[in-house]
Amino acid sequence: MINALDTELESVVIRFAGDSGDGMQLTGTQFTNATALFGNDLATFPDFPAEIRAPLGTLAGVSGFQIHFGSTQINTPGDSSDVLVAMNVAALKVNIKNLKKGGVIIINSDGFDSRNLRLANVPEDKNPMNDGSLSEYDVKIVDVTKITRAALADSGLGIKEIDRCKNMFVLGLVYWMYHRPMDNTLNFIKSKFKKNESVMNANIKVLQAGWNYGDTTEMFANRYIVAPATMETGVYRSIMGNQAAALGLIAASVKSKLPLFYGTYPITPASDILHELSKYKNFNAKTFQAEDEIAAICSSIGAAFGGSLAITGSSGPGIALKGEAIGLATMLELPLVIVNVQRAGPSTGLPTKTEQADLNQAMFGRNGECPLIILAAQSPSDCFNMAFEACRIALQHMIPVFLLTDGYIANGAEPWKFPNADELPEIKVAFASERAEGDEKFMPYLRDEKLTRPWALPGTKGLEHRIGGIEKQNITGNISYDPANHELMVKLRQEKVDLVANYIPLQTIDNGPDSGDILVLGWGGTYGALRTATSLLLEDGYKVSHAHLRYLNPFPKNLGEILSKFKTVVVPELNNGQLVRMIRDKYFIDAIPFNKIQGMPFMSSEVVNKIKEILHNEGSVLASKS
Amino acid sequence: METVTAKLTSKELASDQEVRWCPGCGDYSILKQVQTVLPDLGRPREEFVFISGIGCSSRFPYYMDTYGMHSIHGRATAVATGLKATRPDLSVWVVSGDGDSLSIGGNHFIHMLRRNPDINVLLFNNQIYGLTKGQYSPTSEQGKVTKSTPMGSVDYPFNPIALSLGADATFVARTLDRDPKHQQSVIKKAYYHAGTSLVEIYQNCNVFNDGAFEVYTEKGTKKQNTLMMEHGMPLVFGENADKGVKLDGFKPVIVDLNESTVNDLWVHDEHDLVKATILSRFYDDASIEGHFPRPFGVFYVNENKKTFNDLFNDQIEFAKTKYGTGDLNKLIAGKETWVVN
Repeated sequence: MINALDTELESVVIRFAGDSGDGMQLTGTQFTNATALFGNDLATFPDFPAEIRAPLGTLAGVSGFQIHFGSTQINTPGDSSDVLVAMNVAALKVNIKNLKKGGVIIINSDGFDSRNLRLANVPEDKNPMNDGSLSEYDVKIVDVTKITRAALADSGLGIKEIDRCKNMFVLGLVYWMYHRPMDNTLNFIKSKFKKNESVMNANIKVLQAGWNYGDTTEMFANRYIVAPATMETGVYRSIMGNQAAALGLIAASVKSKLPLFYGTYPITPASDILHELSKYKNFNAKTFQAEDEIAAICSSIGAAFGGSLAITGSSGPGIALKGEAIGLATMLELPLVIVNVQRAGPSTGLPTKTEQADLNQAMFGRNGECPLIILAAQSPSDCFNMAFEACRIALQHMIPVFLLTDGYIANGAEPWKFPNADELPEIKVAFASERAEGDEKFMPYLRDEKLTRPWALPGTKGLEHRIGGIEKQNITGNISYDPANHELMVKLRQEKVDLVANYIPLQTIDNGPDSGDILVLGWGGTYGALRTATSLLLEDGYKVSHAHLRYLNPFPKNLGEILSKFKTVVVPELNNGQLVRMIRDKYFIDAIPFNKIQGMPFMSSEVVNKIKEILHNEGSVLASKS
Repeated sequence: METVTAKLTSKELASDQEVRWCPGCGDYSILKQVQTVLPDLGRPREEFVFISGIGCSSRFPYYMDTYGMHSIHGRATAVATGLKATRPDLSVWVVSGDGDSLSIGGNHFIHMLRRNPDINVLLFNNQIYGLTKGQYSPTSEQGKVTKSTPMGSVDYPFNPIALSLGADATFVARTLDRDPKHQQSVIKKAYYHAGTSLVEIYQNCNVFNDGAFEVYTEKGTKKQNTLMMEHGMPLVFGENADKGVKLDGFKPVIVDLNESTVNDLWVHDEHDLVKATILSRFYDDASIEGHFPRPFGVFYVNENKKTFNDLFNDQIEFAKTKYGTGDLNKLIAGKETWVVN
């Protein structure tokens, strides 16, 4: 036995890939937690098929989990990977194109037998394990199945149960390669299988077998050290977007002292918000799994009428069904938060793949003139901030608020320097107060300086009133078919949205100078890729800036001023050009769209190339390169 | 001086809005009966909330000086469920029609019934679409000639009582707009039932479906075509209370009381689901020879099924007791944290 050499690396991208049933998501999540606890900065990208158990061994059934971690700032899960773990032929075939030349491939040889070759449509004589096609890579062939079975021969478990431990072997091996502490995973196994000791022991044994395999065989000449990142001091945890959104909603409930009600219907990729919130009943969080999307939002409207912090959540197809009720909430002028964890559409689209194509839906997807507030989270942890903001604005302005996140940040993880609850602002909410007989008659649509109407809860003496979807007379709230009143109310509802601009932060430039040749203007979940791209361009001497929108309707008041300081504005979006139309429409500028509609996040290299191309076309390369 | 809380009056329950149903509409009677019953319930006005969907019936909340919401088509049941779940202290009522609850809102209707929130549902059934000016509804009889069905509707109608029993409703009753006393008594019983109370009200649309229920309301035909059910009483009907219903096994049989005795008759037991189910199927067209009389009153009551609002809130209370009131800092921090110095 020789000791493997330690090499220090700044950052590494690993992709775990296997069949849907191989446990790659769990493996990736465990590696993520260990890495976060170790102190690296990181970003993850779970990439899985819509089918729970897609046909075994096929290309369609490949499930991947990519993690990018480092000792420097990490904004994206990485454009290409340094290490690919391929549990079968299909996983290799699907993922090899994104592996860096010279990268490491860890092959589970059992997944490369005749049957797996056939299922992945690879001819018998073209087995990549030995046909020379992988000569440019550093290939490590390990018979994971055989070793796992040998390790558990005496466990008393059946073959099926034994084979289910395979992913722990791989995890142990990769832990060894990257000097990761295993305690976190050991604790996880102990708690998950506390009721089944033999399975618990089997998983622990195989995890250690993986580690020992790296340590004792001579297959691995190198181990890698990725030092903890130099991050802002403070206390951190690892967080995924849906989790963060749920916590932000709970925090808003605590800070507004209002019970939370979440009316929803299960849908990918939004369901985890429901799963998360349903655990926090002791926070007075009430979750209601309704019979459909319409009932989900309508129950939330009922809860809002009664004085709860009411929220509904879904993804595009569900939001489409909620459209009429969103219009009702707009007419009722009740606080309501609508979370849309966007996925690729239209219709069912690509349920597990990400997209930013529901901005138009949020902006315009209802009958009549129906403006509302639109916010977007830019990273997994930012889902916390923006969920909190969505609640604040809804409650304080008596208005429906859309919160847009997406599948990519909803399922992606990152380290989060989380706030102390005491640092979060109170959300002050005042209900209309009781009136005695003889007091002035209560006017449900009398407005304050923000144009908001009073929130009068059923059960309050003297405030009996009726609200509804028919146009209301301003101030009295009575039904009104008066033409002039309708126009007034439409304008008032618009002005009420516009006025929110006075209660949100000004737009800032995230990276780069305040003025120059080119501004990269993004929104939502593309933040990480755009930040990295801008940093790379800046390092190369290009005069590029990046601003990222989290408030989309209304826009921050100074956005026009910021845009006017750049010769060119490029708007990269994971859609066919939605924000870019809003920008062109509002600011009359010839903003350039850059679109990707593949169900996948941007790679920073794609953005870098696009910006260079634009600068080149405009003949300003030299001018831009200082 | 002693303060006395004055009893609520029907007049105080009327809002200042002009009632705009067509003159002669059955809805007026229902509004009147609700305004008559509510003061007897001993609750302050502010605790009542009326929620409606869309349709003629759904204008109802505007005419009540209580809390109210005129929501969207078919969804009043869902809005009410959310309100009752979060505000069990309120008396929540749904006012809806056959189109609203059984067509566009059919899904929410059955799911509300199975969940059993403590909500009172007044289902105005006029067997027609009134607000859209006269298309057939899901309760219209087959063959109905309307604007949208010039050759007659080919759809078979829903039987709302049977549908509700099928959805495991815990209070199922039927009454008529033309019988104020009966209406009042059924509405009161519905209020006192803990759980969803479904009250189907036969309501005449004198513009688009006039006379749909006249065999059950007019003097010459009423007694032979209606069966007024009373808990613990034999099922008797007929012009001179001379007919009855008895059970031959599970088969209902109409008997002539001149030939058999009242003691042989089926005694109505509103807690018996099987018998309620048989009664719900007394749904023949009154023109068919030997048809069963149409039953009115309470078909079925189940007081043993816990309400949704109780079960829903019990879990919250249980969680608070078991885990203590939530600590936001602990929640945000999660299970695993690390420190960067």
